[in-house]
Amino acid sequence: MLSAHGLSCVRGERRLFAQLDLAVSAGQWLHVRGENGAGKTSLLRLLAGLAQPAEGEVHWCGQPIGQAESGYRNQLLYFGHHGALKEDLSALENLSFAAAMDGATLSETQALTSLHRMGLRGREDLPIRVLSAGQKRRVMLARMATRNAKLWILDEPFTALDVKAVDLLSKLVSDHLVNGGMAVLTSHQAMPIAGGLVVQL
Amino acid sequence: MTKQQKKWFKFASPQAFYPLAGKLIPIFWVLTAMFGAVGLWLSFFVAPTDATQGEGYRIIFVHVPTSWMSMFIYLVMAGWAAVGLSFNARLSSMMAQSLAPTGALMAFLSLWTGAFWGKPMWGTWWVWDARLTSELILFFLYLGFMSLQASIDDPRRADKAGAILALVGVVNVPIIYFSVTWWNTLHQGASVSLTKSPSMAMTMLWGMLLMAMCLWMYSIAVGLTRVRAIILEREAHTEWVKQLQEVKA
Amino acid sequence: MNAMWATLRRDLLVVMRRKSEVLTALFFFVIVCSLFPLGIGPEPGLLRKIAPGVLWVCALLATMLGLQRMFAADHADGTLEQMAISPTALVWLVVGKIGAHWLVSGLPLVLMAPVLGLQFDLDAEALGVLMLALLLGTPVLSLIGAIGAALTLGVRGGGVLLSLLVLPLYIPVLIFGAGAVESHIAGLGAGGHLSLLAALLVLAVFFAPWAATAALRIALE
Repeated sequence: MLSAHGLSCVRGERRLFAQLDLAVSAGQWLHVRGENGAGKTSLLRLLAGLAQPAEGEVHWCGQPIGQAESGYRNQLLYFGHHGALKEDLSALENLSFAAAMDGATLSETQALTSLHRMGLRGREDLPIRVLSAGQKRRVMLARMATRNAKLWILDEPFTALDVKAVDLLSKLVSDHLVNGGMAVLTSHQAMPIAGGLVVQL
Repeated sequence: MTKQQKKWFKFASPQAFYPLAGKLIPIFWVLTAMFGAVGLWLSFFVAPTDATQGEGYRIIFVHVPTSWMSMFIYLVMAGWAAVGLSFNARLSSMMAQSLAPTGALMAFLSLWTGAFWGKPMWGTWWVWDARLTSELILFFLYLGFMSLQASIDDPRRADKAGAILALVGVVNVPIIYFSVTWWNTLHQGASVSLTKSPSMAMTMLWGMLLMAMCLWMYSIAVGLTRVRAIILEREAHTEWVKQLQEVKA
Repeated sequence: MNAMWATLRRDLLVVMRRKSEVLTALFFFVIVCSLFPLGIGPEPGLLRKIAPGVLWVCALLATMLGLQRMFAADHADGTLEQMAISPTALVWLVVGKIGAHWLVSGLPLVLMAPVLGLQFDLDAEALGVLMLALLLGTPVLSLIGAIGAALTLGVRGGGVLLSLLVLPLYIPVLIFGAGAVESHIAGLGAGGHLSLLAALLVLAVFFAPWAATAALRIALE
């Protein structure tokens, strides 16, 4: 359902990749691999619609992602290198505002359940800046669980996660795929999730 | 698209435009010299002495053309920037970038010659009326455009950001032009109009028009020269630039 | 639309948790305004003459202090990216942010101005005109400032460059804003100037968010 044809990306004077084709359907996930600087983050940003490719197009269900009718943004969850969390707000507030900006409704109980499931019981009301790096990442996991997005595009999601959190994330992604979702991930590490298509940059 | 149209569109690539610009530049310098010679001769030797101002008024033959050019160049620059933004065309943005310094020069000359004229005319170097203020704003807009492009490292981002700034500032140009009709200003009203006959001696009008043409040809010559330099700088990594005579030397 | 209010509320909440940033700009306004009577001397006639201009210039400078942080913090922690790919059109979220900026930077200036105007011996009616002019003009400053903040996002030398870009566009607001008070004091009535300010506000409300959104997308590429 997510497909790209003839993608090429230019950063400054370097051509990172050219004529790249890829496709991901329900239940599949894409593992983007490559060395540092190969263009993994750039590719993910192109797929998310944050940047325009030098050539080629990205399609969602047959329609270009730039068009509003494609409903792409409703189905997309993207996390870049930054946590996308406001440091001065609490985990609960971050989740509520994120939902409000997505135009979705998220009740407080739903948010709390998700946060507790990610191991943040007792920390929901503390400002994010007092949480550890791993705990901040767990708030992101809670966001992934509460937002009903079909496509997850995650850039280095396993960074700063301890063993338990790695298991949590792997389970989240696997459940997501089993339920008909799709994912595009980059990682330096070997991915503890079965059955991925590989894109090598 | 017809074959004819396709022929012109090939010049939208820096590689094709570079030699074309090189061939055109001498033509425009010649035109500049010709218009300049006739224009200056008219301004200094043919146009009659003004009844109230004497000889000092002759600065009008530099002041008015530079003012016209400062506004005109801004519109052209904003136009090219808009084309570069909408069609993702590198060369159009390079053209906008090359026109900015010339436009800034015209705006500066307009303000400076205006001050030299204002001192004997109004008794003051400067007055904060609508036209002078908006011309000053135009000068600052040129400077802002050039600073913004200089500060952004990524050339494509610099092009696009500059385009937005140029387009936001475009609203200033009609304000300059119409300020003398909208407000009671110290600056004299428009004597030259596209629709009515001018309210000045014909030789004066011709002098101004010829000087304006001279400056226009100058701007094109300098703009083309500068855009060639910008092309060399930004396309330095491409094969065709590395093969050029002037680069190999 | 809900998302716009959510963005506004979120920005206000963040500011409430970090009050010092906001108060700094306000104190700057107060202190710099007070410097003028101290430097120029206490003669009331002179002070009344320079009051509109001085108060407006200080308001401009205080607004510019806060412009950089409009988008910079969101850009640094990744929330700006999330806004760019949110299902709600980015322009509405930008309007929310500009609204929050005005509430935090512009509205306090409007409320403080009468107090400062007393230092310059302005009478009550002139103070009223000043407040109205600031009420109309400070949103324009936030709107136009947003364009500058978006254009210079993440650019080195950002603060000074931002001032260079934005001040020429602020000049008309300054002229009409100060002019409104001056012409009121001169007995000519502030109506003309205030109408022009209102016109600027309408223009800015319609065009500035689009320009700022386009500039943000360019900065995010």
